[in-house]
Amino acid sequence: MMKGLKKWRLFSMLTALMIFLAGCGDEHLSTLTPAGQVGRDQLDLMILSTAIMVLVIIVVMIVYIIAIVKFRRSKLGEDFMPKQVEGNHTLEIIWTTVPIILLLILTVPTVIATYELADTKGMDKKDENGNNTALTVNVEANLYWWEFEYPDLGIVTAQELVVPTGEKVYFNLKAADVKHSFWIPAAGGKLDTNVDGINTFFLDFDNPSDTLEDGVFYGKCAELCGPSHALMDFKVKTLDREDFNAWAKDMKASADQAAPATAVAQEGQEIFEQSCIACHAVSGAGTAGSVGPNLATFGDRNRVAGYLKHNEENIKAWINDPQEFKPGNRMPQPEDLPGRNGKALTDQELDALTEYLMGLSVEE
Amino acid sequence: MSSIAQKKGFGATLWDYLTTVDHKKIAILYLITGGFFFIVGGIEAMLIRIQLLKPDNDFVAAGLYNEIITMHGTTMIFLAAMPLLFGFMNAAVPLQIGARDVAFPFLNSLGFWMFFFGGIFLNLSWFLGGAPDAGWTSYASLAISSPGHGIDFYALGLQISGGGTLIAGINFLVTIINMRAPGMTYMRMPLFTWSTFVVSALILFAFPPLTVGLFLMIFDRMFGANFFDHTMGGNTIIWEHLFWIFGHPEVYILILPAFGIFSEIFSTFSRKRLFGYSAMVFATVLIGFLGFMVWAHHMFTTGLGATANAIFAVATMAIAVPTGVKIFNWLLTMWGGSITFTTPMLYAVGFIPSFVAGGVTGIMQASAPLDYQLHDSYFIVAHFHYVIVGGVVLGLLAGLHYYWPLMFNTMLNEKLGKITFWLFFLGFHLTFFIQHFLGLLGMPRRVFTYGADQGWDLFNAISSYGAIFMAAGVIVLIVNIVMTIAKNVPVGRDPWGDGRTLEWAIPQPVPFYNFKQIPLVRGLDTYWIEKQEGNTEGMTFAEPIGDIHMPNNSIIPFIMSLGLFVGAFGALYNGEQPWAIPVLGLGLIITFAAMATRSLKDDLGYHIHKEDLLNEKGGKH
Repeated sequence: MMKGLKKWRLFSMLTALMIFLAGCGDEHLSTLTPAGQVGRDQLDLMILSTAIMVLVIIVVMIVYIIAIVKFRRSKLGEDFMPKQVEGNHTLEIIWTTVPIILLLILTVPTVIATYELADTKGMDKKDENGNNTALTVNVEANLYWWEFEYPDLGIVTAQELVVPTGEKVYFNLKAADVKHSFWIPAAGGKLDTNVDGINTFFLDFDNPSDTLEDGVFYGKCAELCGPSHALMDFKVKTLDREDFNAWAKDMKASADQAAPATAVAQEGQEIFEQSCIACHAVSGAGTAGSVGPNLATFGDRNRVAGYLKHNEENIKAWINDPQEFKPGNRMPQPEDLPGRNGKALTDQELDALTEYLMGLSVEE
Repeated sequence: MSSIAQKKGFGATLWDYLTTVDHKKIAILYLITGGFFFIVGGIEAMLIRIQLLKPDNDFVAAGLYNEIITMHGTTMIFLAAMPLLFGFMNAAVPLQIGARDVAFPFLNSLGFWMFFFGGIFLNLSWFLGGAPDAGWTSYASLAISSPGHGIDFYALGLQISGGGTLIAGINFLVTIINMRAPGMTYMRMPLFTWSTFVVSALILFAFPPLTVGLFLMIFDRMFGANFFDHTMGGNTIIWEHLFWIFGHPEVYILILPAFGIFSEIFSTFSRKRLFGYSAMVFATVLIGFLGFMVWAHHMFTTGLGATANAIFAVATMAIAVPTGVKIFNWLLTMWGGSITFTTPMLYAVGFIPSFVAGGVTGIMQASAPLDYQLHDSYFIVAHFHYVIVGGVVLGLLAGLHYYWPLMFNTMLNEKLGKITFWLFFLGFHLTFFIQHFLGLLGMPRRVFTYGADQGWDLFNAISSYGAIFMAAGVIVLIVNIVMTIAKNVPVGRDPWGDGRTLEWAIPQPVPFYNFKQIPLVRGLDTYWIEKQEGNTEGMTFAEPIGDIHMPNNSIIPFIMSLGLFVGAFGALYNGEQPWAIPVLGLGLIITFAAMATRSLKDDLGYHIHKEDLLNEKGGKH
């Protein structure tokens, strides 16, 4: 796409150098290291606009510096009386038309890209069997977690988006409670999740994310949504198409997961089924709209609660006092959970629950 | 109210200021109140930067942080920048056009007191259960679901102070249309008067959408309506439109007067007529006009669709053209001039690169697909601080030093003024330049903290240290102000020596009736013309000395505004306290009774008689 912009690759290289010098940030998070075509198109526009703007700044600064160096009263003498010039029509015309031309240079690729990035017709394309050819993910943003439903595959997950590489992935975005905004900086620009309606766009990823530092891209909520807005992170795992298909199959199969292996984990399962399952599903097969994040892939995840390091200590700390970590989130304190009758979780119960949760996995 | 200056007790001075309808005293009221809120907003800014100094900081809690950012933005825009600009408009515009006062002195006072009580009401939220916490934009879904009364304080406080702003805007429109001295044609008006004129028109059209939006919000939150509740058929995007139809012109309402102040300063301290005056006027009007066509560029990521985004992207880019015209005309004003680097001129010279940087990042964000990346990241935080601090605040500080002798007949210390400038200017760039890169590296705005090792730690620390320099600059400024007031050395007429416009031609201290005789304006930069011709009076007069009609002081504006302030508490606690509706009624009764008194009781003002004027020395020449 955007063949007209190809020649700006030269600028890309120049800027790549500039960015290298400035430190281009983390590959899994920075907009300057795009992970796919959408991000690259946007970076190209950034480079083009920066180049034009730097040109403008240089011209302004040359006139500016000469003016303030050459025409100071300390040099010209106290009595110097400047000529009272009214203006100059030629100059006015020059500095009106030149900016217009510069802006037109930016306007054309801007308008083209605006339409191209909004083109989600591919979403409804069907193969001969009537199945959608492209992958669509329904994203539902909740106070402070993300749900990802794959309607064509009949699976659902949370907090960690899994997508195939090398193809356009389409997103239907909406919010369950207040407005949020779905942003994967490395992949491309954000789009708001509104409460009133569904927004649609697409992103794409070139490579599997397992080469990245954390093995995932970082996703952010970009619209102020309450006290824990800053903590409403999610992660994106990209797999090549084969691995993705395998993952989807495993997800679908997670409905009939084997019973936990150890006695401790079985105890954890009992607690879970008594107190947690009302909100958290443990099967990846299903549809969107659950009260709490789906936990089918919990053991495979990169983070606890979307942002804490994924270790047993943090899982226990989180379950024990979710409000301490994400103020304003909707998860009840342990003593308020069904069947607890006001009793907090004992250390032993926390250990059991943690072991059970860590065992929830669809990856081998 | 007597024409003879005399020592007054504190009580009498206070009463004088509570009842004054004199534009010069109202200017001082705006300056003091706006200055106070500027300090409050600045302290909030420092708390933000302390919190973000290091990753995973717990200096302020998550919810409190949102209250601080909301109040920082709201305070700086509505309660600091706008009132300070109104202060300078009141101080300078009537004098610049050769008027004895604004067209509606009573409304001028009412406008100030409504702003004052609205601002106090909003800030009382800190002590009455928590400040608003949905950002200064107060997007509807979050605002509606926000617990407590913070958003109620926001909606009611802004409604009251917004009314004051609307009144002030109408007043300046009428003043500039009707009260110009003979010979002061539109194309002879100083640029600051022109920008005040355009801005007043913007206020007239931009504030009603905010008023509507705020009323819908008030009804939703306090009286059970569902305008923004999508489950009941409401729609939250409507708030975004209403807010930005107001909000985008609002930033031009802030920047255009600053442009006006800088135009005066460039011309004065280059000892040269403003280059391309008519192009400057046209550019000002065009910016004001285009300012209403671009609001949806704040909503590129809302999902309005490609066509809307493309149209608003192109419209937004168009604004760069008249703005560029202004920049080049300022440069050419300096070119060939005789530049002296007084403190106001330092601010003006510092403004050019700062504002150009803010302008070009604005163009980058006008490119909608690129904005999908930049929107709501720290890039936008950097951009609007470059425009608002690098443009508006530098303009305010320049104006403060420039107009101080006009307002107080003393001069702020130049050495301290320059120290303030350098601290503030360097601190500003140190704080905000690096934030562009934070945005590009994926840091969203309005985050109360951030995890370590996302590549943001160092840049945030640099940004926070920069803020310390800005704070130090403001502290030096306060010291400067206190010292100048304590020393109280009068400076007389035309203290800058190169004054060009009518306000500098008036003997200092400015008599309360401004002009003993209304001047005859003979061209652009009328005082300059008179000076060149060796006229020691500073102006040619259009009339012989005669009786001057003056308005009476009045406490009614204060009481009217107080009624709204009282009534707002009733609305706020509606459905929660049994006394809420009676208090709402009481407040409205106070306001309506004050209005009735004003309508039914004739107040014809008084005359200063010719004989008294002839005896009056009216300051030294």
